[in-house]
Amino acid sequence: MQKDTTTSSSTPPTNTGRIRHRKRSNEVIPEDGKANGGKLLVNDKSKYKSMLIRAYSSVWMIGSFVLIIYMGHLYITAMIVVIQIFMARELFNLLRRAHEDKQLPGFRLLNWHFFFTAMLFVYGRILSQRLVNTVNSDKVLYRLVSSLIKYHMVVCYSLYITGFIWFILTLKKKMYKYQFGQYAWTHMILIVVFGQSSFTVPSIFEGIFWFLLPATLIVINDIAAYFFGFFFGRTPLIKLSPKKTWEGFIGASVTTIISAFMLANIMGRSQWLTCPRKDLSTGWLDCDPGLLFTPESYSLLGWTPHWFPWKEISILPVQWHALCLGLFASIIAPFGGFFASGFKRAFKIKDFGDSIPGHGGLTDRMDCQMVMAVFAYIYHQSFVVPQSLSVEMILDQILMNLSFDEQEALYRRLGEMLQQGIQRMT
Amino acid sequence: MRDSSADNSCSSPRTPNLRQRRRSNEIPPEILKSNGTILLVNDKFKYKSMWIRAYSSLWMLAFVSLIIYMGHLYIWAMIVVIQIFMASELFNLLRRANQDKRLPKFKLLNWHFFFTAMLYVYGRILSQHLVNTVTSEKIFYRLVSNLIKYQMVICYFLYIAGFVWFILSLKKRYYKYQFGQYAWTHMILIVVFTQSAFTVANIFQGIFWFLFPALLIAMNDVAAYFFGFFFGKTPLIKLSPKKTWEGFIGASVATMIAAFTFANFLGRFQWLTCPRKDLSTGWLECDPDPIFKPEYIPMPEFISHWIPEKEIAVLPVQWHALWLGLFASIIAPFGGFFASGFKRAFKIKDFGDSIPGHGGFTDRMDCQMVMAVFVYIYHQSFVVQHDYSIDVLLDQIMRDLGFEEQLALYTKLGQILQERQLMHI
Repeated sequence: MQKDTTTSSSTPPTNTGRIRHRKRSNEVIPEDGKANGGKLLVNDKSKYKSMLIRAYSSVWMIGSFVLIIYMGHLYITAMIVVIQIFMARELFNLLRRAHEDKQLPGFRLLNWHFFFTAMLFVYGRILSQRLVNTVNSDKVLYRLVSSLIKYHMVVCYSLYITGFIWFILTLKKKMYKYQFGQYAWTHMILIVVFGQSSFTVPSIFEGIFWFLLPATLIVINDIAAYFFGFFFGRTPLIKLSPKKTWEGFIGASVTTIISAFMLANIMGRSQWLTCPRKDLSTGWLDCDPGLLFTPESYSLLGWTPHWFPWKEISILPVQWHALCLGLFASIIAPFGGFFASGFKRAFKIKDFGDSIPGHGGLTDRMDCQMVMAVFAYIYHQSFVVPQSLSVEMILDQILMNLSFDEQEALYRRLGEMLQQGIQRMT
Repeated sequence: MRDSSADNSCSSPRTPNLRQRRRSNEIPPEILKSNGTILLVNDKFKYKSMWIRAYSSLWMLAFVSLIIYMGHLYIWAMIVVIQIFMASELFNLLRRANQDKRLPKFKLLNWHFFFTAMLYVYGRILSQHLVNTVTSEKIFYRLVSNLIKYQMVICYFLYIAGFVWFILSLKKRYYKYQFGQYAWTHMILIVVFTQSAFTVANIFQGIFWFLFPALLIAMNDVAAYFFGFFFGKTPLIKLSPKKTWEGFIGASVATMIAAFTFANFLGRFQWLTCPRKDLSTGWLECDPDPIFKPEYIPMPEFISHWIPEKEIAVLPVQWHALWLGLFASIIAPFGGFFASGFKRAFKIKDFGDSIPGHGGFTDRMDCQMVMAVFVYIYHQSFVVQHDYSIDVLLDQIMRDLGFEEQLALYTKLGQILQERQLMHI
């Protein structure tokens, strides 16, 4: 009925090509789930033990995460790159079949070639402006970096075409279907992995707040759903994930929205978290907080009874944005988890990997984060930036970032565009 | 042995069963498998199939010429129509009728993602052009500006709606099929929309940058066909047994020469070389870009003996055209090999049968797609004079500031620059 699987994290994961022999993680195995319809966490006797193991690794993850945040933007980007490499490796290994792979030497290398190309493309685009700002002082390096950026697209394209041709030249009779399947799988993995990171990294450089708050909300939502389900879970939520319950879902939503409101207040007061980073330096940051992070005081006189000690509360405008982020994190982001669960069921795998004891692999942890990261960036670009953008800010950017010649070129081009606009209106 | 299946009817109902596709006028696969290499030189039916191909090629050529004459907007419309057909062919390709009956509305999901992708891609490329078109009316202008500002959010929510819909429609025992279809949909949309995004961007930079590469690919195809027809002996690659080294090399040379001369011819038309900044359809006039202005180089001595002219007029674009021709003859055919390998892997004869003698739309567009992407990247990197920082800031100004604010910025910047000039003097 309930097997007492107490494997610890000491054995290194052996990635055999076979999918079904993955190391058992400390969860209830699916056969019982199928037989019993809804195996809820409330009824699980060994749940306390599994909870402790999960808590232990969670604490470690949070601890290292906090340390990286303290160290700064560049290190967070490095951490994301490392996470990506591990995720890609887990996913590349997932649908490989050892039998076919022996007959196709060098095919794995192709996967990593495309990975490297994607990394060059994505991070080149994101970090190019900041790289230029970092080397602004040195003339030779500046010209080198500028020409690298100018030809960045050509370089990435050539690398991709090389991989494409390599793939076609290695097509082997009778393995066509397997190879095309692997090619498509590689593309999908890279899109998923790099798509979300190409939204995460710009968020970081806009201000660690816009990376930290969404990530924290997802973690809170996860933990709150776990505990609400642990204590109150009765009604199953969705057939895909039999251990999730409506009580857990609703309790977590309320908790997430409330904590979004409060966390935004706490995080918004730290300059380290709210200032954007314009270059790739690692030192301390100082900046003007901007409208969003300047507290506004609201009077509470009409709302609360006389004995209430605080007569007014100060709310940062960003807290209203945080409510939207919290809403998304509790309602939509879990669908990332459902997608991953459905995927695992479709291909009959238990976890994506086993790097993290009690949690499965890295992809298992990142599935909701990815959906959230994309939303956070799009929300930021659409609703936060235009509010705080003004003529003065753009003027500052122009005067700071461009050389005199470039400023005059921009002035001329802007004049042309505006003239065309005026001509059309009259 | 060889069936003379010479029916040319364009529209026959297509059953989803992959092996019963209407036979196109080529050698049936059994012969190919038994005999390894069937070269075009040895094919007795080649003349008949050549005439059918030539006939539909002429029709396609005429149609495309008409659209080019009509202008940028109509070319864009033609590309959208081609995309819809390609996507339709590819969506149908790996569906299985049995599973599909149990999953109603799954086809609709594909088209939902298609619509979202279309909105996203064309919204990004044509947003500035749209703004320039509607600047005359105040209400429209504000509506369009808002749409552009929130374009990413709208597309994202449409995608998330499709994502959630997909998850809620997952049915037990069909998980693997549904996930496979979901991945397949994404791959199709990426392939179809990436190349069309670049194609449309090319068009609005100047029809030349769309027409010229397309002509080169067509030229390469036709030249390879004829060189193989008359001289083909050595097979080129196992994936496409009818292609030969003689065809390949002959076509490469022909394409490079054609590239050099076509560029000169096409570069003289303002209709083809001027960029279009809005979505109007009228006549176009502009100051030609420096690469379309003829430079006179002195005639090399061995030619000047026979021809009276002392110099030839060379448009600088012709040197760029040589690179495009090189790519079209060497790399672009790999798009065709990819499609051939794909068809072999999944045991299908053609992607569709819309075009007699040629197969489906995807069969015609496979090399074009690889070329379109290259042309855009080449154009952006080597032809256009770019300034990355200025572009980023201008983009931000155009996107996020209203018209009055842009004017205010312009005035202030002008004042600052003037003060600086006075200080330096």
